Parts: sequence; structure tokens; C-alpha cells
Amino acid sequence: MTTVFDPGAAAAEATDAILHDTLHGTARGVVVDSPPGAGKSTLVVRAALELADAGRPLMIVAQTNAQVDDLVQRLAEKSPELPVGRLHSSDADAYDKALDDLPNVRKSAKAGDLTGLPVVISTAAKWAHVKTDEPWGHAIVDEAYQMRSDALLAVAGLFERALFVGDPGQLDPFSIVGGEQWAGLSYDPSASAVTTLLAHNPELPQHRLPVSWRLPASAAPLVSDAFYPYTPFRSGTGHQDRSLAFAVPSDGSGPDRVIDEAAHSGWGLLELPARHTPRTDPEAVRAVATVVRRLLDRGGAATSERSPDATPLTADRVAVGTAHRDQAAAVRAALAELGVTDVTVDTANRLQGREYDVTVVLHPLSGRPDATAFHLETGRLCVLASRHRHACIVVCRAGVSELLDAYPSTEPVQLGTLVKFPDGWEANHAVLARLREHRVGWSP
Amino acid sequence: MSLISTLARLEAVSTGRAQAAATVRHRHLAERPLVLVPLTTAGEAGAPLGALVGTDRDAPRLLVVPQPRDRDLRFAFLAELADVVLPYIDAYAGQVEAAERNETDPETGKRVKVEVELCADAPQLIVPSRPGVDFLRLLGRSMRFRRTAEQDPETPYPAPPRVPLLGRWLTHFGERARVPGSSLLLAMTDVLSRHWATGQSTLEDQHLGALLAWIAPPEGSTGAEAALDAELARDAKGQLLCPPAGPATDPAFDNKLLAPAIERYDRARTALAAAEDGLEADDRLGELTAAERGIRDLVLSRTLPTWEKVWQGLDLLRELPVGAHVEERWTRDRWSFTAHRDRIAAGEPPQPRRDDAVTAANKLASREREQARLEAQEALDDPLVMAGRRLSGEAFTGEVIEVVMAYSESKRPSPRPLVTLRTDDRPHLGERVKVYRSLGGKPQTAEFVGLEDSPGDGALLVLRILDKMGRGKEPEAGSVPEKGDRLCFTLFEHEQRGGPKLPDPEQTPWTHGGPPGEAVAEAADPTTAEDVL
Amino acid sequence: MPPPRTQGKALRQRLAELRGPGVPAKALDARALAALAANPGCSRRAILDGAGVNKAALAGALGSPSAFGQSQFALTRGNAFEAKVKADGGAELLRLVHEKLDRGAEPPAGASVPDLSAAGPEGRAARTALALREATAAAGTWTLLDHPMLALDVAGSPAFLEPDAVVVHPDGRWTVVEIKSFPMLDGSADPAKVGAAARQAAVYVLALEEVAARLDPAPVVRHRVLLVCPKDFSNLPTASAVDVRKQRAVTGRQLARLTRVQDIADALPEGTCFSPELPTAELTSAVESVPATYAPECLSACELAFHCRTRSREAGAVTALGRSVRAELGGLTTVEDVLAAARGETGDPEDPAVAALRRAARLRAEALGQEAAPCR
Repeated sequence: MTTVFDPGAAAAEATDAILHDTLHGTARGVVVDSPPGAGKSTLVVRAALELADAGRPLMIVAQTNAQVDDLVQRLAEKSPELPVGRLHSSDADAYDKALDDLPNVRKSAKAGDLTGLPVVISTAAKWAHVKTDEPWGHAIVDEAYQMRSDALLAVAGLFERALFVGDPGQLDPFSIVGGEQWAGLSYDPSASAVTTLLAHNPELPQHRLPVSWRLPASAAPLVSDAFYPYTPFRSGTGHQDRSLAFAVPSDGSGPDRVIDEAAHSGWGLLELPARHTPRTDPEAVRAVATVVRRLLDRGGAATSERSPDATPLTADRVAVGTAHRDQAAAVRAALAELGVTDVTVDTANRLQGREYDVTVVLHPLSGRPDATAFHLETGRLCVLASRHRHACIVVCRAGVSELLDAYPSTEPVQLGTLVKFPDGWEANHAVLARLREHRVGWSP
Repeated sequence: MSLISTLARLEAVSTGRAQAAATVRHRHLAERPLVLVPLTTAGEAGAPLGALVGTDRDAPRLLVVPQPRDRDLRFAFLAELADVVLPYIDAYAGQVEAAERNETDPETGKRVKVEVELCADAPQLIVPSRPGVDFLRLLGRSMRFRRTAEQDPETPYPAPPRVPLLGRWLTHFGERARVPGSSLLLAMTDVLSRHWATGQSTLEDQHLGALLAWIAPPEGSTGAEAALDAELARDAKGQLLCPPAGPATDPAFDNKLLAPAIERYDRARTALAAAEDGLEADDRLGELTAAERGIRDLVLSRTLPTWEKVWQGLDLLRELPVGAHVEERWTRDRWSFTAHRDRIAAGEPPQPRRDDAVTAANKLASREREQARLEAQEALDDPLVMAGRRLSGEAFTGEVIEVVMAYSESKRPSPRPLVTLRTDDRPHLGERVKVYRSLGGKPQTAEFVGLEDSPGDGALLVLRILDKMGRGKEPEAGSVPEKGDRLCFTLFEHEQRGGPKLPDPEQTPWTHGGPPGEAVAEAADPTTAEDVL
Repeated sequence: MPPPRTQGKALRQRLAELRGPGVPAKALDARALAALAANPGCSRRAILDGAGVNKAALAGALGSPSAFGQSQFALTRGNAFEAKVKADGGAELLRLVHEKLDRGAEPPAGASVPDLSAAGPEGRAARTALALREATAAAGTWTLLDHPMLALDVAGSPAFLEPDAVVVHPDGRWTVVEIKSFPMLDGSADPAKVGAAARQAAVYVLALEEVAARLDPAPVVRHRVLLVCPKDFSNLPTASAVDVRKQRAVTGRQLARLTRVQDIADALPEGTCFSPELPTAELTSAVESVPATYAPECLSACELAFHCRTRSREAGAVTALGRSVRAELGGLTTVEDVLAAARGETGDPEDPAVAALRRAARLRAEALGQEAAPCR
């Protein structure tokens, strides 16, 4: 017997189970793994509103100010009457000025000013300075896989129970100094908050959001296989639900051909000739900029399940991802020369949690004479390859496969640590093998 | 590796001599450091073979374990080591000055200043290389849980009285050595390679002899040649001319020289034990003494060259002028030393085998803070380090072209002068990014306003000065840059903020396993009968 | 995938010629196979290992002897420790396997320890395979294989490997046991040494999987191995489970890539030979005919490292200073090229690597000229 996979029903079932455990369960914590675009923010907002409805005082912990402001805005949008406290730092520009327009959002640098509000939101860093005699009944910890164990230690005394939500496939937290002496300890301070939480509380209910609403049917299998081999997920849409079309036909150049390939298949690899280059490889940077320029010039239109009519592919629906800041700066400069100013260009770290119609990625290993652990990190490639709703175009020099094969594998092993799977080396090989099916040679 | 240090290494290759990697000395050097050159026995953890130790370059003390498997001999060695190291430490523990410290009043919960003692200076241990630091940490771990006969009359192998105390101190030194910028325990190779770039790789720089060969090659020889000799040259007996800096020995030394010498010693001991009368015993004691002297000579021959090199390294380092913030960081080392002295005096138990969750998190936070502090201070103290930060876009130097007075828009307007700076650097500046310069040793903050069209070379940056101009409407004299000034701004902060206070260990939350419970005394390691060679 | 037989035969012939007449192939052990992953980009190492050339002898003949040696103290203690772990029919070892890997199974009591002695490595490998089959069939019992012999196909020829021990669990699954003499101190051990042990164990896992694949149904070879070490400062054994999935994947891929030995061999001039009997000059040019990718990490992983280092330094290769040095130099690979570009003598100023070098050189000169006056 075959059953047709109904993504909406599968996702709703998972969400119901999560909310049930959160509102009516007995465990002190609930852990939710959310692959890219699986509706994590929607879940957080919904759980927050239901907890507030049930009269349970709630604190929300996010990792960056941008994430906090985004959540505040989403809450206000869903429930404009709900009083929300935005706890912020005492720096200038501590929060997004857009919050000033929301009448029921109270902002303060002092937690005392916000007591009694049904929901108070802030960053983990700010929460760490809060002292309270009366802990909150409930907390939601967002992006919990990007939170360090020591940051959770600093705030866990503030709440009785918590819902931990995050994406295990994104970049791991790190420390600028060596913490090897604690590797293998259940509470290793530089491990992720979820690792520590589960090491001490293995019995906590763990859920998984099974459907990515962002990634198209062309991308979900690749991202799931390469980065989530033991916790697969599906796309919420089918191949026919989304399409990307361009009014202006291809001029036959590499950039145009790779755009067409990506529009057709969801992936495109624009391959430049093999060469060792510094990080800001001018040719690769120019290729990225040209692809973006052509994306905007060719009158792109994206059709999706969201609306029956096609939406124009505008600059705010396109993003460029790089591994390093100087690469992002070089791409921005190249784009400015081509008259493109409002396309987001950022590093993987800063693109975490964001979503676009089309992304153009400068491959982290392109042109490098050597691969390093940084460039091989699984999460980095995962973030870059999972930001798009329609298509992802990777710009890369030939020779990366050979570079990976020549990569010396002599990693030290710490006893007692969980092996992070999949390995970045293998994930890179897997992604590259798939991209090669959508290869277009560079000819300007 | 930054391009500046890459260039320095390449120039070292090309010139045959190490090149400057710093213009000032970034680590504190004590007037009278204790140098320790330890050797260990292959195949067994924490089995010392010997050491050369002392504060006087011309009079090192040689300590040897003629049979490293023999527990009694090992304890005798450790007791001797304690006799050298502990008096050295005690000399500093006794000299104090009055100081103030911020503490939380347990009753009011407020931060109050408390008068406390601070050791006027601290001891400094120097070992040849990084494995030496690890070895001291290992020795510390092997000793601190030992029981003396006084503590536990039943213990099968009682430790000599001061050995557990030495273990606690070595543990503290080893732990402190993990804090960036600390100088209580230094590895000579680390300090030298911080200050010089050689024409070899960082891996090869771990060899003290090769590193020194690049920094100060002998007359008529290039660094490369001298380093190669130091690494590989052997005498007619197949022994390295420059023995490894330890604690591991060269296998050829173990197999060809040490093993026969230890065998001779074992035979002499057995023979002595079997002696049937006084005369025979006298003879055999003579042989045992000779055998022991043989091993002592061997250990001395492997440690003395390294001993000399450590002191040579100290001489070279002392030629560099000291960095401006080194003293401040050494004061932190003195606080660390004083705190451990106080813990011992208060009768607290030895450091546990593993840190609890709160201690681990606190240590990591403080090390991250010290790392940031070290990076900022080294850049402020040393133009060569700052050059690296400028290259990476984290700092910029430029000349003031124009200063326009402006004021804040508030009821009491404060000065917010706009400063235009011409720079050839390329800082990663975004709108309203904060930048800092050092004004009389204190950081002055400015924010980036924008770029102006530059007619000539370089870029014109406009900055708004935000603070350190006094309380009045007019800025205090000297607090605002003037036209023609050459200034250096950084994008990183000069001083570090303290982190949040973590819960007490007994308040460890459920996410981290809950409170660790009553502290139980750590049991001493079980002793097993040793397999003799 | 092994190459077709005729091709394999031709390759074996070719590799024998490379070793030189009458020079036997140096058997590859697990340590050597694990080391394939240390510098997989090096063609020189691949062909020498693939052909079974004794690299230590070769290095000596080239005049740059390797510096690998083992202290007899370490050897004695290591052997004594292994004997202690396996004493009593392996009772302590099996207890550790049960405790660390398979708590759900019946505790081991009276495990069988089959005799694996046979003539020659082929015979021992066959005996081992038989013992494994019998042990797997004997459900519900524990079996300890002490120093079994395993054959692994390496570029068409069998390599014989001898793990410290293999344990067959009551459920028929197999576990590799590695016994090492470095200590586990308060539950942790030197990560570099654990990493090396894990890579070595991964080779045994791959070899065991070849044996398992010939049985029907194929038994499971566990990807968690048992690492046994002395506890703290004692010589009492303690153990930890180590997940070697990653090392297994890497080594498996490197072994598959060894078939490129054929391509390297094809590219060699006719008559190339690495026999240590040859005159130094001839040998040197034979070795030079295969490109090497020397990096300082080779010093602790390859017998030929000192030779390659000398050559790399003579050629002025920047990677002699470390792999990472090249990261920002783009296409520039020699010391003189980089310095000339930095001085402004050569190089295209539009090339970002050249531009960055010149900025770095200018900033460095400025800082050194300033005589230690920190800027205000």
C-alpha cells in the first residue's frame, strides 16, 4: 500500500505534538529540531501565543538582537493586543526603531520595568545579567543549537521549563580560545546548549519538524541527504508548485546559461577554470556580480504556492553568500560597479535563518590552494545551500574535488565527544557531485 | 597566518636569519625566574627520569631517578623537587602589599571595596617547550591527591610531606598557563616564536635548538644550516648533538646509553642486596654509586645543553624593551598567585580531577576575556602588531585634515566634534560603527559618519568624537584632535567588560545536571605493583 | 573496486620493477594504510607505498635517513600492558567490551579463545576467517580472537593486517579492539594519539568488512571500536568506545583512490627504479621523477620527509613553511616570487594577492621604522 505524503498534515501533526508536550507535558524541557525553512519561527510564535493564552508567564531567549526584534514584530503581527516586553541593552540603537510603532510593545533596559507582562523577549547575553527571585514558569529558547552551553548555564536559573528550538545542521557555536580540557564532559562550556541539555536530560521529548516550506522540491532531497542523513525531511511543495521564469531570453553567456539551468532545475554551478587565487578572487567575484546583475535584468518572475500570480524577482529577493567578510565586501563593491545596491551580500554566519527566492553562492573552497577545517565546516555549506525558495547558483573554480581528495585527514579525537555527522568533507563531496550535474562553464 | 608574519618568515628564509615579529617584549620576565628542564621516561605517564632546576644559571641543581620504575626513588625525586620549588614559591608568598578588591557583600548584595593582601611579586617558572608545560601539569596531577603518612597512616606508598603541596602548585601553574597573556609559567619556545619569525614552519619552531639557531645563528652559518644541525646532527655514537628539549628523550639515547646504564644500576642494586658481609657490601655499594653516577652524568649531558639554551633565550628576550601593558597583565598573574596561596592557607582541598559546570564556564569566559585583552593590548603596545590589525581592516592610521566643532542635540549640548582623517588603510567601517583611540592611556570613542570624496590618494573618513572631553560645553584642552595630528583608531575595544555572573556551583541548573552535591574528597590514585623493566 | 585481473597483473609486474630486482615488497600494515590519509595529495608517497617500497631504506640510501625510532622502554611497557589486558583468557578485556559497548548482552563468562595459528599470513588469514564464521554461528557466546590476521585488498595486492584483538558478541556482531599504552587520565587521553588509533582501527574495520561480506548473511562489523589504555598513572586497563565512522569513510575513499597508482606508474620514465642498491644520484633522480607535495606535517608521518623537505626548500616552495602560508598568496608559490611581488619588482598590481602583499610589506616597513613608538 502506498500513502501519498501530505506535507501539511505531517507538519500539523508534528506541531500539535510539540504544543501538547509544551503545554500539557510533564517534562521540564522539550527539544525541537527544525531543518531549514521548516517553520521554526511560526512554531515559536504559536507556542508563545498559546502559552500566553494559558496565562503562563513566558520569557523568550534568542541569540541576536535582530532575531529578537524579528520575533517581537511577528508576535505583534499575529496578536496586536498582546502586551510584549522587549528587554534590551543600554547601548545606543539597542533595538530596531520599528518597534516604537507597536503600541503594546514595552521596551526597557531593566527587567524590573517589564515584570508582569505576559511575554518578555531578549537575547541570551542580556538575560544573563537578569536577577530574579521568582523564575518564569516557561521559556522558549530559539536557535538553541547556535547557543553555547555556558550561555544556557547563565540563564537556565530564570525559568522552570523550556521549549528549545533550533536547526542542528547550521553552524556550531565556537570559542576563540581552546577549551579542549573540557571536551568530552557533559557540560563542556563551548559545546552547544542542546548537547549539554540532552546529555543531562536524555529522557526529554524530542521532536522534529518534518517539512521544509522554504526549500523547493529540487533542493530538499539534496540538503536532507547531505546534511541530515539520520533525520531526513521533505519539501512542502512539489516540483510543479514553483517556477521561475525570465522575460529576457538568454544571451548565451555563462551567467545566462547558469541562470536558465538553475531556473529549470533549482541548482546551477558556474564553473571557472581551475586556478589558485586569494580569497577575493577578482574573476569569481565578477562572475558572482554578473550573475546577480543578469538575474535582475532579465525580468525574473517567481510563481509559488503563495499566490496564483507570479511575483517579480526583485533585488530584495536575491542574496549572495560567501565564507569570509572580505569576500562579501569585494562582491558588494563589484555589484556597486554594476549599479546593483540593494541585494543582500553576507557571510554564512549572518545569513543563518534568512530566506530568499534566489541565492548566489561563492563556494567556500573556490580557488583555494588548501582546504581548512573552517572551509569544510558542514554547517557553513548547509547554510549557504539552504537559503533559497527557488534556485541556488554556486560560483566555483574547477578543482575543488581534487582539493578535497588531497585534504589530509589527521584530526585529533577527543574521548567521549559525540561525532558530528555528517562530516564536512563528505558533505562537500556529496553536494559537489550533485552540483556537477548542473554545471555550466564560464564564458562571459 | 597574517600576510605580515608570512612576509617576515619569507624574509627570514631569504636573509638566513629570523626577523622581528614584535618590536617590544609582550611577556613579563621575572628578575629571578626558576628554570626547569624535566626529562621523562618513555612509555609511562608521569615517570620522571630527571631534571635540571634552579634560579642561578651557573648553579643548576641536578635531580635524577636512576630507576624510573621504582616508586621510592620517584618519590625521593619529587621530594627533592619540592625542596627546590616550594622555597622559591614561599619567598613570594610572604611579601605582600595592601590592595583593594570588589566583592559582593553577602548581606546587602551590593558591590563593596574590600582591603586585601596582594603578593608584591610572583614566582615565574620557565620550561624549554610546550610539552614541558604539559609535563608539569601531569606531575601536578600525579602528586596532588597523594596522601602523606600523616594524612593517612594506612596508605601503602605514603608520599613525602611536601609532595602533595607541590602537586597543587604545579597544577595551579599549569592551569594558569592556559590563560592567554599570562606569564606565571612560560614555555621558552612559545615566547621566542611570539617575538621572532623564523624561516621554518611553526611545527619546526617547537624545537628550541632550531628556533634559537634561526634567531642567533653562530658566526659564519645561516639560520637554516644551524637549525638543520640542531635538529639532526649526531656524534660518532649516533647521539644527537643537540638533545631534544624534553621531556621526551631521543629513542637512540634510551636504547644505546640509558638502558645499559639502568641495567648496570639494577644489577648493582641486586648485588648489594645479596651481599653477605660488610666488606662485600662496601665493594658493591661502590659499584652502585658508580652506576648511579653514570646515570646522573647521562641525564646531565641531555639536560645541560637545553638549560643553556633557555638562559640564552632569556638573554635575547631581555634585549627587547618591555611592552607598556605587560606590567598590568603581570599584576593579574600576581592576583592569581595570591588567590591560590590563600586557598592553600585556608585549608581548601586540592583542585578536583575535573571542573564542575560552573567552574568550567567561568574559566572559559575569563580566558576569552583575557584573549581579547591580550590582542588589544599587544596591538596598542606594538606598531608591528597594529600593522597586522590595520592590514586586516580592524584599525587605521591617518592624518587629521580638518576638525569642525559640533554639538549634540540635547537640552545641555555637549561637544561632538567632527574630525576628517586621511588614511591609506582600508578599515571595515559601516555607518555608526564605533572606533577607539588611546588618549592618555584611556580609550576615546568616536563613531564613523561617512566618507568624503578624496581628491588625492587614500580615503577621507569623517568621525564624530563622542566622549572623554569633560563635562563642560567646551571640550577640555587636548581632548579633541587637531589638524595635522597623526592618529590611530581601532575597531576593537581597548578594555574588556566583565561578563555576567554565573550561578554558584550549588545553584547549577537542571539543564547542566543540577547541583554537584556535597564535595567528596578525591581519592588518591590506586597504586599498582610496577612492572620492572 | 579492484581493477580487472589482467590489468592488476600488469600493474603488479610494473610495481615489482619499480622496487628493483629481488627487492621484496614491504608489507603495508594498518599504521601505514592509515597514514595514506596524512597527505593523500602526494603522488610520491602513493606510488612508493603502492609499490611496497621500503621508504626508510630509501631515505637512508638518499642520504636523508628518517628519524623514526622507538624507545625500548616504551616497547617493553607496551607489551607488558597488552599481556596484562589479555591475561586470563581475556577476561578483563571482555568485561570492558561488555561494559562499554554491549551492556544489554549476557556478561561474558568462559568466552572461547580459538587458536589462530597457521602457516604464513595467508594461512593465518584463512584460519581467522574460519574462526570468525564459527564464532558468529555460535549465537549467545562471546569469542575473543587474539591477534587475528586479516587480508585487505590494496591497489590489487593483498595487505595483511594484525589487529590486537577482535571480539565476536553473542549477537554475532564484531568489534575491533585497539590496545595502546598511552594513559587515559581522568577519562581523557591525548587527542592526537586517540585520532591515530581511530584511523588505525578504521583500517581493521574495513578489512573485517571484507571478511564479513563473504559470509551469508553478512555479520555486522561495529563502527564503534574499543580503545583500551592504562588508567591514570597505573597499569590497570580502562577503556573507551570510539566512533570510527568518519575515519572509516576517509580511509575507504583513500584506498579506493590508490588505483591511481596505475596512472602515476604510467607517467614514470621507462626503467624507473627505487632500489636502495642504486647509486645515490640515480636514485635521487628516480625519486624526483614523481612529484611530491611536501608540508611540515610530513615530518611526523613519512620516512622520506627530510629528503622532500630539503628539495622543497631548495626549490623555494612557500609550503615548506606550512600549508596555511599559501592561503593568501594566490598563484605565487615560491619565496622569491612572493618577496619580489611584495617589493614591487614583479607581479600585476591588479592581482589582489600582489596588492595585499605590497600593502603588508609597506605596513610592516612602516612599523619597523617607527622604532617601537606605539601610536597614540
